[in-house]
Amino acid sequence: MQAETKSRVEQLTSPAGHDVAVLRFEGDIASTSKDAVLGAYQSIPKQSIKIVLLDFSKVDYINSSGIALVIQLLIEASNAGQKVFAFGLSPHFTKVFTMVGITKYAGLFPSQAEALAAL
Amino acid sequence: MSETKSTPVTKSTTVEVRLPSRLGYEKVAMSTASAVAKLMGFREDRVEDLKTAVAEACINAMEHGNRLNEGLCVGVVLSAGPDRLEVKVIDDGRGIRKQPATPDIDRKMHGEENPRGLGMFLIQALVDEAEWVPGSEGKSSYVRLVIRLDKEQD
Repeated sequence: MQAETKSRVEQLTSPAGHDVAVLRFEGDIASTSKDAVLGAYQSIPKQSIKIVLLDFSKVDYINSSGIALVIQLLIEASNAGQKVFAFGLSPHFTKVFTMVGITKYAGLFPSQAEALAAL
Repeated sequence: MSETKSTPVTKSTTVEVRLPSRLGYEKVAMSTASAVAKLMGFREDRVEDLKTAVAEACINAMEHGNRLNEGLCVGVVLSAGPDRLEVKVIDDGRGIRKQPATPDIDRKMHGEENPRGLGMFLIQALVDEAEWVPGSEGKSSYVRLVIRLDKEQD
């Protein structure tokens, strides 16, 4: 019933010259998404990549269990000295992420271009 | 659906859905609540609030009330009135004994609080009223949500 979560990691360079990993999600993000969220994040090299972008532009549904996985990702990234930013959230999930306090630990941007430009 | 003209509700209209206690089926309740709210004329942002609140209430009912026992159903009763939509989500659990503390992102980030435990907070934050009612004899507990139709949104 839940749309399977797909994820993939791309590496690119920001206009300012930072190496950035972009973790792109597709589908629902719920309790069944642990491998797609945390597993995919853990494949990003922690020594060489210090900036991680989360792409939610193809995600329609995120529930509280999915948000908890994002928080776990933020904890792991913080412990690894990485900064996390996110883009592509709908206005509703932008509001939800803000309510929960995620914006204190991950900057939110409307698009990838705006996120990269701000780095 | 977005171009459907809203129909004023002059008397209470009730829609009921029964879901298996299987994660993912909360989306059936979300879709139903969304359809009813749109027919009533709710703004899109309020429909999204309602969908998330209903989803979280159903997930809580499946996980905590019915303990994911697929032999038990979660009942969702939507009652549309002239200026508000009430949603009851009913399970076979005993209900909650006390409200959990408001989640604290700093405590979560520092490992002092479980990253989970956001559902009830989101429900309360997204609807106008939320009430958890324990069932008599430890069964048929429900959460009652109310979202009001803003008269200025017409």
